[in-house]
Formats: sequence, C-alpha cells, structure tokens
Amino acid sequence: MTTATLTITWTAICSYSRLEAERGVAALVDGVQIAIFRTYSGELFAIGNRDPIAGAQVMSRGIVGTRGDTPTVASPLHKQVYDLRTGECLDVAGVAVPTYPIRRNGDAVEVAVDKP
Amino acid sequence: MSEKKRLVVAGYGMVAQRFLEAFAEREAPGWSVTVLAEEDRPAYDRVRLSAWFDDYDAGALHMGGAPDGVTVRLKEAVTGIDRERKVVHSPSGETPYDALVLATGSRAFVPPIAGSDLPGVFVYRTLDDLAALKDWATADGRKVGAVLGGGLLGLEAANALKLLGITTHVVEFAPRLMPLQVDEGGGAVLKRHIEALDVTVHTGRGCAGLEGDADGVRRMLFNDGGSLDVDVVVVAAGIRPRDELAEPSGLARGPRGGFTVDAACATADPAVWAIGECAALSLDEAGGVCYGLVAPGYAMAEVVADRLTGGEATMARPDTSTKLKLLGVDVASFGAPFADGLDVVVTDQVTGVYAKLLLTDDAKTLLGGILVGDASAYPTLRASLGGPLPAPPLALLAPAGDGSVKAELPGTAQVCSCHAVTKDHVTDAIAGGCTDVPGLKACTKAGTGCGSCIPLLKQLLAAGGVVQSKALCEHFTYSRQELFDIIRVRGIRSFSELVTAHGTGRGCDICKPAIASILAVTNSGYILDGEEAALQDTNDHFLANIQRDGTYSVVPRIPGGEITPEKLIVIGEVARDFGLYTKITGGQRIDLFGARVEQLPQIWHRLVDAGFESGHAYGKALRTVKSCVGETWCRYGVQDSVGLAIELELRYRGLRAPHKLKSAVSGCARECAEARSKDFGIIATEKGWNLYVAGNGGFRPRHADLFLTDVSTEELIRTIDRFLMYYIRTADRLQRTAAWLEAMEGGLDHLRAVIVDDALGLCEELDAQMARHVGSYADEWQATLQDPQRLARFVSFVNAPGTPDPDISFEVERGQKIPARGPVPVTLGGAR
Ligand SMILES: Cc1cc2nc3c(=O)[nH]c(=O)nc-3n(C[C@H](O)[C@H](O)[C@H](O)COP(=O)(O)OP(=O)(O)OC[C@H]3O[C@@H](n4cnc5c(N)ncnc54)[C@H](O)[C@@H]3O)c2cc1C
Ligand code: SF4
Repeated sequence: MTTATLTITWTAICSYSRLEAERGVAALVDGVQIAIFRTYSGELFAIGNRDPIAGAQVMSRGIVGTRGDTPTVASPLHKQVYDLRTGECLDVAGVAVPTYPIRRNGDAVEVAVDKP
Repeated sequence: MSEKKRLVVAGYGMVAQRFLEAFAEREAPGWSVTVLAEEDRPAYDRVRLSAWFDDYDAGALHMGGAPDGVTVRLKEAVTGIDRERKVVHSPSGETPYDALVLATGSRAFVPPIAGSDLPGVFVYRTLDDLAALKDWATADGRKVGAVLGGGLLGLEAANALKLLGITTHVVEFAPRLMPLQVDEGGGAVLKRHIEALDVTVHTGRGCAGLEGDADGVRRMLFNDGGSLDVDVVVVAAGIRPRDELAEPSGLARGPRGGFTVDAACATADPAVWAIGECAALSLDEAGGVCYGLVAPGYAMAEVVADRLTGGEATMARPDTSTKLKLLGVDVASFGAPFADGLDVVVTDQVTGVYAKLLLTDDAKTLLGGILVGDASAYPTLRASLGGPLPAPPLALLAPAGDGSVKAELPGTAQVCSCHAVTKDHVTDAIAGGCTDVPGLKACTKAGTGCGSCIPLLKQLLAAGGVVQSKALCEHFTYSRQELFDIIRVRGIRSFSELVTAHGTGRGCDICKPAIASILAVTNSGYILDGEEAALQDTNDHFLANIQRDGTYSVVPRIPGGEITPEKLIVIGEVARDFGLYTKITGGQRIDLFGARVEQLPQIWHRLVDAGFESGHAYGKALRTVKSCVGETWCRYGVQDSVGLAIELELRYRGLRAPHKLKSAVSGCARECAEARSKDFGIIATEKGWNLYVAGNGGFRPRHADLFLTDVSTEELIRTIDRFLMYYIRTADRLQRTAAWLEAMEGGLDHLRAVIVDDALGLCEELDAQMARHVGSYADEWQATLQDPQRLARFVSFVNAPGTPDPDISFEVERGQKIPARGPVPVTLGGAR
C-alpha cells in the first residue's frame, strides 16, 4: 500500500443557527448525501444520509437521543440506532454508516468530504 | 438467462407459508421459488378457521402472503410428479424443479356411510367448506344439525352450527368426547360443559347412514336403531394426508398414509421433501407417522429451509401437546397422557374442572396430562414434561389461586413448543439483556407461535430478576401512565423539563414520540413548535407517512368516507400533477404515495385550498370513522350512520393517543362498516346506538365488546369522550385499546365503573380534557403553510433546497409509478 495524500476540503453547508437541536438536516456535497445533526449540548455530527439497511436516504430524519453516554440517531424507517460519533449501528452488528468531519467556523457549519 | 436453481412448493397452506418465510429469512439468492396451490387464495390461518364465523371476513385469516420474489400460482394443483425428468405437472403444463417440497396437507375424511354425498352434508377443512355450510344452514327452514365426530374438529363445527342458529347434536362413536386427547374422566367433565351450552351429545353412538333426497339430507340413522331428523350434517370424522401424488410417482407412503420422510424431512428421492400434515415422519417407526397439528409442521418447514441452504437440521420427536378453547371450555392435553404410570387426578364437579397428571412410577418424572375446564397450569406443566414436577402435584393443579406457581423448571424444559425454545434459551436471552416479552420474542422467537407460553415467559423474566419494569426506556423509570400523571400534575410543558427533572440522558426514539404524544394532549397545541419538533417521529415531523424509499404518502381527511365529486376531482388532479400513486385505503379515503419532502407543502397547499385538511394518517391519533351509507339510502338502515361518523371524526380528529385509533359506524345490525373490529364501533338500533369498545383488526384481531345498548347520541358521545381520555391517560406506549382493556384489572366492569358510574371521580376531568381538545383543534397542514419558519423544514437539502433527492427513482406498474425495485445493498464492516 502506498500512502495517499488527502487534502481536506471543507464545504460550508448552512449557518449554525439554521440547525435545530436534535433535529437533522440533509446536505448534498459533490453528489454525496450527508445527514447533519446538532445535539442538545451543541455538538455537531455528520454521517451518511443513506440508511444502510433500508437503502433510502433518510438518516437525517431520524430521532436524535442518547444511549448511555453515546449520542445517537435512530433510522426513521426501521428504528435501528446508530452511534453519531462512529457511525456504527448499535443494534445490528457489522452495519455502519460513514462519518464525515464537521466543524463550526464562525456561524458557518462546514463538512469535509474527502475526494481520492 | 438465469442460472438459478428452481425450488417448487406443492401446496400453499400454513406449513408452506412458514417454509417460504423460513427460506426467505435464510437469504438464498441462488434459488427461484414457485408455489403451486390448489386453493384460490394464499395460505390462511386454518387453526383459527372457525373465527371466520365471527365476522365472515376471510381477510382476517390471511397469513401475510408470500415473501418478495416468490411466484405463487393459485388454483394450479400439482397433478403429477415426473421424478426422472424432475418436473411437476399441473393443468397449465410442466414446471421443472431442482428441489420439490410437498406441503399438500390433509383432506377431511368421510367414512363410507350411505348418504354421505347428499346435499346438506359438509366437511370442515377449508374456507370454501365453511362458506358452503353457512349458505346452506342459514337458508329458510333449516333448524336441526348433527356433527359426526366429537373430536377437536367436531366440537369446533358444533360451535359453528350453534352460531348459525342451528339446534346442534354431536355424535361420537367412542364412549367420550375428544377421545384422542382426553380420558374418560376428562371426557365426562367436558360433556357436561358442552351440554350446558344446549348442544346434545350422543357418545357411544355410531352413525349407520344418512337419508334424504335431492333437496337435502333429512335423517341420521344410528347403529342402535334410533334416528334423528336433521337438516344439515357436518362430517368431522378425522383427516387423511393428501398423498395421492405418492403412488403414481413411486414415492413411499406411511402405514396410515403420507409421504414417508426421514428426520431431515427428505423422501427417498434426495430432490423431494415433504412437510406438514402430508409428511409421514419416520424417526424410528417404520413408514412414519403423520402429525395433525401445526407446530410439528412448522418445525419440519424450518428443517427443510435449513437443509436447502446448507444446514443440517433434523426433526426432534414432535410435541403433540395442545391447548384449546372449545365452545368456551379450556381443554389441554400434553405429553403422553395415556401411557402407563402413576395418575394424579383432581375432579371438581362444582366448578367443572378436571385435571390429570401422569407420572413415572417413582413419581419423579412428568409423562403427560389432561386439563379440562381450567388450563392455567398448562404452560408450566408442558414445559416440565420429561423432568421433575416443579411443585407438588396438588399445588400445581389446585384451582389457581394466583396462578403463580413457584416453578423451578429444568433448563432443558421446552418453554415454547412452536419454536422449540428451551428455558435455557430464554434465561440466556434474559441474561443477555432482554427485559420484556417483545424482546424475548425477537431474540428467541418464543411466544410468536400460538402464544400459550407468554405467561411463562413473564414468569421467567420475573425470576431472572427483571422487575417487569414498566419503565418506558433507559431514560425514564416511569411507565407511560406515570409520566402522564407527572406531566399533568406538575404542569410540565417540554421534554427537556421532564427529562432533566425526572429522567436521564437525552431520550431516544421510544420515549420522545411517547412524550410528544402526552404533551400534545396536555398542552393541546401545534405539535411542531420549539423543542417538540425534535421529539416527533419523522411521520409526525413531516405530517406525512414515510415509505420504504424515503418518500412520503399524503392522506387528506375524508370524514366518514363521504366526499363530493368536486373534491374527488381535486384529489385526482393533485395526484396527476405531482405524479403520485393513488390507492383507496381500508379507512375509506385516498392515499397519495411518492411525494418528496420538498413537494409536501405544495401538495397540501392545493388540497387545503380545496377545503381538505390533514387526515392524520401519520399520527398515533384518530385515523378514520368509517361508515356505511345508512338510513339515508340503504333500505335496511335505521339511523344516519354517515352523519354520526362525520360528527365523531370531526370531534376526535387530531387527538394524539398511545396508538392509532380507528372507528366505524354501521346503520343497522348487518354491520357493513365492520364497526366491531374498531377501537370504538357504533351500530345503529331502532332505539338509538350500541357502542362497542376495544376491537382490533391487524396482527391479532379482536372483536369489540358491547359496552352500551340503545343509547342517545348525546350519551354515546359522552361515553366515547371518556373512554378515549381514560385510554390516553392510562395505556402503555403503543398499546392499542384492545390490549389495554385486556390488561386492565377488572376488565370491562372496571372500565364501566370508571367512565359510566364515575367510581374514581375522574369523569369531570376527562370531560374537560376532551372539551379542551375539541376547542383547540387546528389543522396542522394549514398551520404549517402559514408559517415560513415551519415551512423551512420542508427542503430536500439544506444547502440545495431545490434539488430533489437524486436517489429516488420510480418504475411503472399497472399504469402507476412505484418505487424502483433495485437491489437493496447492505453496507457491512466499519465506517467508510
Ligand atoms: C377447523 C380446524 C381447526 C384446527 N385447529 C388446530 C389447533 O387448534 N391446533 C393445531 O395445531 N392445529 C389445528 N388444526 C390443524 C392445522 O390447521 C393443520 O395442522 C395445518 O393447517 C397443516 O398445515 P399444512 O400446510 O400441512 O396443510 P394445509 O393447511 O391443509 O395446506 C395444504 C394445502 O395444500 C393444498 N394442496 C393439496 N394438494 C395439492 C396439490 N396436489 N397441489 C397443490 N396444492 C395442493 C391444499 O388445497 C391446501 O391448501 C386445525 C384444523 C382445522 C381444519
Ligand atoms: S349496516 Fe345496515 S344500514 Fe348500513 S349499509 Fe349495511 S344493511 Fe345498510
């Protein structure tokens, strides 16, 4: 394996205030659909919008909450719960959604979708 | 050209259905599956066949149909098997197979007696049989009927005749009823129960022939010289396996019929399998034995599904235990009740309870038993078969004081016989984190068959230290009812306030919608403002129903199912302009499918402008009040059922509840609106209305109970107001009214005491709460359209609001668009 150089490109999505606490939005970045969440404590998360079990682009419409200390979102279709930090499905072993770097830059919310 | 291997299933009864499901679960993409079925409908629940007489609704017995991708050919009986060429014959030609599964079931056995082919003589096996019986027995002048056979089927048939208004006789050749399941003592107690229901029982009497003419059967002759005048006869003298395909194709038959199979359910031909009642299972007995119960058939279905997908499952000796309620009498028999050993018998002539346990001579091992009149000890006893009794016999059999025997079952005891789940499986699952019955059902399958082991599951949960906690989820230790009271009494107005003071964490998809629903009732306002928005399920959040591809369906309210041509045209135009798939729903309205999030406001706009409002099809709320056309048009109608339905639907629209609520109003006792399958159903009488409560269709159908008779509209509405509010206050999350009432201590009497006699002094408050709901109702669609901030949520992408989701695509079927059926891949492995 050779080491690939990754350039991180941040894309501005929307203003921070546009995000309601615990309610996701979907964003389209270079053809990739991303679900963006702001938790109650104000943290930001970005994961793939596609529900890997149902195949539909719906994760942004799931209910945000916690399981123990883990921030979570539940698929709105069949309610499997995912860890917002790692993208891992907490109910079905081996299933996961991708995660993306996300940050707050002033009032702008930015995500990075790496391109090879 | 497909390279797939071809699996053909002959027969589409209950066992074939289970097989198809079990096979689909194992995901074997290398197979294409075809079912050839003789009957004209997919598998239905034959075990509950008699329930058809409750409402003549064959749909209620439907078992869910074949899994995706399976080709079903109805009315296409297999007429021959060419094993050499590996094809089956049927009227429309040949079907090739690589594997053939025979699931042809049984036929009713008609003994060779004279006159058995007369009109008016029926068997009791299929829906068609029942329909023919009903038509005959309800024709004018048919008064007296006899059932030939006093076994399980015969008693079910006797019940059917009684329901059809026929004076009923049961004729059984053996000296007692249910000779295969119960002994003499049990039979005697059973007979007394049955006779108390005005069914005449002739035991020890054979039928020597039937007399009659072209107009039908007239008389039954007995072998002792007597006779009985009859207008209808049902023959329920046993069943015979449908193995007529065996001989011509050279497959071996069991000594009493059936396709002989080994423990893998394979015939001598490795490409041919047999399952269910048509299979003669040979474990060590030559030729094999057929089992006339559904559980062994299900086990065979699982075995073959496993084998075909590379597994090595084998059949264990089937458990022939049964528990039934016949004409309202509990009868259970388990293990080998007729073996040699030590009997313990309890007979209580007063209460009509009979119980017998059969133990080994050293009294250490339970071999079998029979219970008549009270079968509450059945789950514990059946699970103890082959092991020591969990308590002294008399303690187990004594009329259940509290029913909670301190049972210490051995770990290998089978708790659920439908799915062969042992106590160890269940306790492991509990140790692994299952905390309730639904959890156990999901991870062990226990309790998903006949359900008779559920009480035992509850006991095991309790014994496993799981305080049958009513806790909603990990964030609240309170039940929904307790939370309702906390919110109401403390005047809590938001989720954050509640979870901070009375819970932990930030909630989840279980507690958030439940609390949103409570807040909607206690705060009564728009459900999508401020923090409440984040509590709602996507359906409530977008005021539409999410579908498998992430699009939504839209259902405008059509109160009572009454709609003007103009409004119908608007719905058609909206569907056409937005390219929506349209379907008439069971609730007498129209569902428009395939709307993308960003289209919803535009669609509502058009609908609201034409005078429509939200139908709340997305909410745990009142859905519809269905109605028949009633007195206005129908020549039988005695009241204005449409008018009442509209009044009720408008009164309760938008009312958030623990689960969805359905209702219907029929204009006379013919009940065309099917009101008795609803949460609250109303049937018109000459003098007013009858109110029925807590009915249910769906997964576990239940007929509503009669609650009020001949009441005025005013009293009717007052009672429904209280019924609904009391339900909303006290039910568990996602508990329909049927389950709520069933779980209620004191049942219907308690409900009546609370909402009619005001025994708890609650009525004033319930009335006030409903008045507040009615007064504050506002259409959620309109409220959304009027507010730019609310509207801002309805975009596809926050950074590209005009771009539709590029992954949504459609194809066309029967002239309408449907979600494209591409493969649905599952991403496995870690993130990225
Ligand atoms: C009234 C009644 C009450 C019952 N109560 C109970 C109970 O309480 N508990 C219990 O365990 N069991 C009960 N049973 C028995 C239970 O219904 C059967 O064990 C179960 O239905 C067997 O399933 P099966 O798929 O093997 O057969 P079936 O359900 O009979 O299905 C076989 C299907 O194959 C079709 N078929 C036959 N030959 C061909 C062919 N050549 N080509 C294509 N199709 C063919 C038949 O038309 C039928 O549709 C009851 C049965 C009845 C009738
Ligand atoms: S229930 Fe009665 S009134 Fe209503 S349509 Fe049927 S027959 Fe007519």
